[in-house]
Amino acid sequence: MVDLIYQLFPYAIAFTVPLLITSLGGLYSERSGVINIGLEGLMLMGMFVGALIISRTESIYPGTAIWIGLLAAMLFGAVFALLHAFACVTLNANQVISGIAINMIAAAVTVYLARLISGSGNIQIIRGLSRQTIPILSDIPILGRLLFTQTYATTWFVLLILVVATFLLYKTRFGLRLRACGEHPHAADSAGVNVYRMRYMAVIISGACAGLGGATFIVTISGEFNGTAAGLGFLALAALIFGQWKPWGILGAAFFFGFASTVANVSQVVPMLAQIPGIYLKTFPYVVTLAALVLSSKYSLAPKAIGEPYDKGKR
Amino acid sequence: MDYVVEMRNIRKSFPGIIACDNIDFQVKKGEIHALLGENGAGKSTLMNILFGLYQPDAGSIYLRGKKVNIVNPNVANELGIGMVHQHFKLVHNFTVTENIILGLEPTRALMIDTRSASAQIKELSQKYGLNVDPDAKISDVSVGMQQRVEILKMLYRDAEILIFDEPTAVLTPQEVRELMKIMRNLIDEGKTIILITHKLREIMAIADRSTVIRWGKVVGTVNVADTTEEKLAEMMVGRKVLFELNKKEAHPKEEILRIEKLSVAGSGGAKGLKNFSLGVRCGEIVGLAGVDGNGQAELVGAIIGLRKILSGKIILHDRDVSTLSIRERISTGMAHIPEDRHKHGLILDYSVQENLVLKNYYLEPFSHKGLLNWDYIYDHAERVIKDFDVRAGEGAEASARSLSGGNQQKAIVGREFDGNPDLLIAVQPTRGLDVGAIEYIHKRLLEQRDQGKAVLLVSLELDEILDLSDRIAVIFNGELVGLVNAAETDENEIGLMMAGGKRGATA
Amino acid sequence: MKKKLIVKKNFLMSLFAVILGLIAGAILMFVTGSNPIEGFYYLFRGGLMNIERIGNSLATATPLIFAGLSVAFAFKTGLFNIGGAGQMLIGGLCATAVGLTFDWPKPILLTVIIIAAMIGGALWGALPGLLKARFNVHEVVATIMMNWIAYWTVFYLVPLYLKGPFLETESQRIPMAASLKVSWLTSLFSGSYINLGIFLAIIFVAITAFILERTTLGYELKAVGYNRDAAEAAGIGVNRNIVLSMAVAGALAGLGGATFYVGFASNMQIGVLPSQGFDGIAVALLGANSPWGVFAAALFFGLLHTGKGFMNAMTAIPPEIADTIIATIIYFAATSVLIERNWDKLNKFRLALRLRKSKQESLEDDSGGEQ
Repeated sequence: MVDLIYQLFPYAIAFTVPLLITSLGGLYSERSGVINIGLEGLMLMGMFVGALIISRTESIYPGTAIWIGLLAAMLFGAVFALLHAFACVTLNANQVISGIAINMIAAAVTVYLARLISGSGNIQIIRGLSRQTIPILSDIPILGRLLFTQTYATTWFVLLILVVATFLLYKTRFGLRLRACGEHPHAADSAGVNVYRMRYMAVIISGACAGLGGATFIVTISGEFNGTAAGLGFLALAALIFGQWKPWGILGAAFFFGFASTVANVSQVVPMLAQIPGIYLKTFPYVVTLAALVLSSKYSLAPKAIGEPYDKGKR
Repeated sequence: MDYVVEMRNIRKSFPGIIACDNIDFQVKKGEIHALLGENGAGKSTLMNILFGLYQPDAGSIYLRGKKVNIVNPNVANELGIGMVHQHFKLVHNFTVTENIILGLEPTRALMIDTRSASAQIKELSQKYGLNVDPDAKISDVSVGMQQRVEILKMLYRDAEILIFDEPTAVLTPQEVRELMKIMRNLIDEGKTIILITHKLREIMAIADRSTVIRWGKVVGTVNVADTTEEKLAEMMVGRKVLFELNKKEAHPKEEILRIEKLSVAGSGGAKGLKNFSLGVRCGEIVGLAGVDGNGQAELVGAIIGLRKILSGKIILHDRDVSTLSIRERISTGMAHIPEDRHKHGLILDYSVQENLVLKNYYLEPFSHKGLLNWDYIYDHAERVIKDFDVRAGEGAEASARSLSGGNQQKAIVGREFDGNPDLLIAVQPTRGLDVGAIEYIHKRLLEQRDQGKAVLLVSLELDEILDLSDRIAVIFNGELVGLVNAAETDENEIGLMMAGGKRGATA
Repeated sequence: MKKKLIVKKNFLMSLFAVILGLIAGAILMFVTGSNPIEGFYYLFRGGLMNIERIGNSLATATPLIFAGLSVAFAFKTGLFNIGGAGQMLIGGLCATAVGLTFDWPKPILLTVIIIAAMIGGALWGALPGLLKARFNVHEVVATIMMNWIAYWTVFYLVPLYLKGPFLETESQRIPMAASLKVSWLTSLFSGSYINLGIFLAIIFVAITAFILERTTLGYELKAVGYNRDAAEAAGIGVNRNIVLSMAVAGALAGLGGATFYVGFASNMQIGVLPSQGFDGIAVALLGANSPWGVFAAALFFGLLHTGKGFMNAMTAIPPEIADTIIATIIYFAATSVLIERNWDKLNKFRLALRLRKSKQESLEDDSGGEQ
C-alpha cells in the first residue's frame, strides 16, 4: 500500500500540474469578473502550439525546444484569450456563450491546421520532458520520496507561478484592483481604476496560464496533440470552483482531482486498485464540485460581479 | 463674483429626453449649495457631468475661474472634486482602508503599504470627527458608517468640492443629524459642499443657497435664509403644491388583518422582526413609519408570503394564512404594491396586457384549460389602461419597459385594484414619481379606503404617512414601538418613536 | 407591428452572424492556401447535390433540432442549459439499453425507446434544475459537471453491459427493430441516414412553439425567465417552473440523443461528448430561441456537417472548416449586442418619424389585425 502511494505520487503530481496552472489562469479571469468557460479551448490551443513548435524545433535545438514550445504556448494562449476578452469586455457579450465559442473555435481550428500539417491531425513530439530526482531533498524521509523524486522541472516552475500569483493577488496594487473589478466594478471605476484594462489583463493572463497548462500536459504526460483536451479544462474549472476561488484552495482541489484521475487511469493495471470502479473515481471531481456548490450556497465565495458585463453607462 | 464651480450652458440629452437644457449653475467657495428638483429633473445628471461620469453635449465648466475638461472621474479627482453616490461604491469584502486607498494605493517594495495608509485614515477620521475603524470589513459596518467611508474616500483624495447625492435617504434621524454636523466640520475646514436632494426640510436646515431645477431647466437660485419651504416647493413643481389632501373622515369597520406576535429572521445584516402585532380594519389606512431596514421588508415579505416566518400568526378574514402559498393569499383578497416596481412589480419584457394578468392569467376567462385567451386578455388590458389612465404608446401591446415610471406604477395599481382586494399592502407606492403621479396614487389609495377596503401603507417618507394614514404604527429594530391615531400626533412624536423612543402606547 | 419588427431584427442579426462566420471560414481557407469559393461550392454541393445527400443533411440536422430546442426552451425560463451533450448521452444510453434488451415489435419498441430517452434526459436536466431552485447553484456550472458525469458514466457502463463483439470502445449494434430508420424512408432517399427522427423533430418544434405562445405554462415559464422575483411575488411557483423547464429541456436533448444513437447511428461510441450538445447552443442563438428559428438554423448546420466530407474528398480542405464556421457563428452571435444596439437606435429614430406622420390618423387601426 505504502509502496503504491510512493509509486503513484509522481504521476499524480504530474497530472495535477497542468490542472493547477490552468485553474490559476481561471482564477485571474474570474476574480476580475469574467467567467472563463473557455479554459478547455485555451488549453487545447496551448497543446497544439506546444506540440507544433516542439516537433518542429526539437531536431535543431534538442535541449531548449521544450522550453521554446512552452513559451510559445503561453504566448498563443494569451493571444487567443484576447478573443474572449474582446467579446466579454469590449462588446459586453454573454461571457458563457463567448467561452463556449472559444472552446469550439479552438477545437475546430487546431484540428483543421493539424490536419493540414500532418494529415492525420495528430502531432507527436519525440522527446518529452525528463524526470529528475532532486539530490538532497529527496533523501528526506517520506516527503523526499513523495515530493522530490521523479519530478518535472515544470512542476517547480508552476509552483513558483502559484506563489507569485498569490503574492500578486493579495499583496500588490494590481491584485487589489483586480479583485475590486470582480466584486464591484463601479466602485473600482469611480476610484479611478480602468475596469476594462484590468479585465483584459486578467483574461490574457488566464490564456497564458491555460496555454502553458496545455503544453505542460503534452511535454509531461501525453507526448502528442490529438485534437482534444479531453475535459481537462473543465476539470480545471471544477478545481477553481471547488477551491473556492482561492490560490491555495485551488492547489488542494487540483491535487485532489489529479490524484483521483491518476488512480482511475492506472486502476486496470494495478490489481489492488481494480476493486474501485473507475466510474466513481472519474466522476468524483464533478460530484464533489456540485456538492461543494450546494454546501456553500448560503455564503457563496464567488466574486460578486462575475458574469456581469461592465457597462459604464449603467449605474 | 468668483465662484469655485461654474457650469455654463450645460446641455445633455439621452434618447427621448433632454436631461439638462442649457443649465447655468454656480457654487461659491465654502458654502453648502443645495441642488433641488423632482425625480428626473436632471440634478443627478448635472452632477454626474461635473464628476466626469457623463460628457455634456454642449456647455463648459469652470473651476476656480479656469476652464476645465472633465473627461472622467480621475480628472475630477485630480481637480479636487469628490462625490458620494446615492448607492455607495464600496467593495463589501474589502476593509475600510482597502476601499479608501483603492486606485491610489501607497506601496513599499512592491507591496501595498496598508499600515501607513491605515494610520493616515485614522488621522483623517479623527480630524473630521468621523469615528471610522480603518480595519473593519465593509460588510460588517452600518450603512451610516459606510457613508462616512465614502466621505473619507473623498478626503483621502484631498477633494475640495464634495458632492452628496441624496445622502439622507438611507440614514436614521440621528445619523442625519450627525451627517449635518460632519458637513459643518467640512465647511469649517474650507471645503465646499453640493447637496443633491428633493427634501425641502434638509435644505432649510443646512444649506446656504439652493438652485432649483425643473424638467432640465434652472428655475432659479435662492438664498435659503430668504425663502420658505412653500416657495421652494412651488419652484420645484411649477405650481402651488397643496400640502393637504382632500381627506374625508374614516369610518373603520371590522378588523380584516390581524398580525399576532410575528417573528421573522432578518436577511443580510438586517435585524428581522420580533414579536410584532398589528391589526388593520376595513375602511382605514394604517401607516407603518420607520427608518429603512428596521423590519419593514421582513414584515411585508411575511404577510404576502415571500418570507418564511419563525413564529406568530397572520390572520386574514379570520383565517391564519401564514402557511398558505403566495397565490392562495392573493386569492384570499390580498393585493400588494411592491416597493421596487422593476424587481417585484412588473415583468419589463412582457407587454402591458401580459403584465396586467400576472396574478390571474390562470383563471377563467383569461385562460381555459391551460390555453390563454388572448382576445380577452387584450380587452381586459384596454379597460384597465382606460380606467387607470395608463399612458402607453402602443396601448396594451406596449412593452412595460417602454412606459415611464409613473405609468408603470399606475399599471401596477390598476392590476392590484382590479381584483377588488379587501386588503392592500402598499409599500413606498410613490417612490421615484413626480408630484402629479404622487397625487394620483394618493387619491386612489384614499378612494380605496373610502370604499371600505383596508390599506396598510409602508413608507419611509414621513409626510406621506402623516398625510394619508388614519392610524400610524411605528417600527424600530423589528419591534412595534407604538401605535397612534394620526389626528393626535405630529411629526416630532413619530420621529422620536422612529428612533426607538417609546411613548405610552395606545392600543 | 412590434412582433414583426422583432422577428425581422432577429433574422437580420442571425444572417449577419452567418455571413461573418462564412467570411471567417473563407479567410481561414484562404490563408491556408485553399480557394474559398471552391471550398464553399463543394461544401454546399456535398449537402444538397442529390436526394441521398439531402436525406443525410436532414438526418444530421435532426439531433441538432432537438439540442437547439433544448437550449432555447431552458433559455425562455432564463436558464442556460449547456448540458445538452450529457443529456443526449444519457438519452442515447437509455435508448440503446432498451433497444438491446427487449425483443418487441418495432412500433412498441420505438415508443418505449423514445419514452426511455426522454426520461433519461429529463432526469439529467432536472437535477441541475433542482440544484438551482433549491440551492441556487448556477445551472451553467451544474450542467457542465453533469456533462462530464454523463461522459464517464457512458465510458464505464457501455463496456460493462452493452459491449459489442469486437471493440471495447463501442456498444453492440442495435437491431433493426430498435432503429428509427425505416426501409421506406431509407429507400425514398436512396439509402440515406434519414429516419423517423426528423418527423419527431417537426412534431416537437410545433409542440414547443404552441406551449410557449399559447398556454399558461408557457406564460409562467417565460415570466420566470424574464423576472424571477416578480413572477414569485405574483404567486407563480418559481422553483417548480425552473425544475420543470430544465426537465423538459433535458427530455428534448435526451430525445435528440435517441435520434442520434439509434437513428443516425446504430451504436454508441465511448469517450466522445456529442458535439451536437454544444452546436445546439449555436442553433438556439441563431434561431433567436424561437422553435421555428431553431428548426431553420439546425437545417443549415446539418447541411454544413453533411457537406464537409464531400468537400474534403474533392479539395485539400480539412472537414473541420464546417466546425470552424459554426464556432465562429456562435462567437459573432454572442457579440451581436453591438449590432443590436445600433439597430435599436435606428428603429427609435424611425419610430419617431412614423409617429410624427401618423399623429392625425387613428391609433386603433392595427389593433384588429394583430390577434
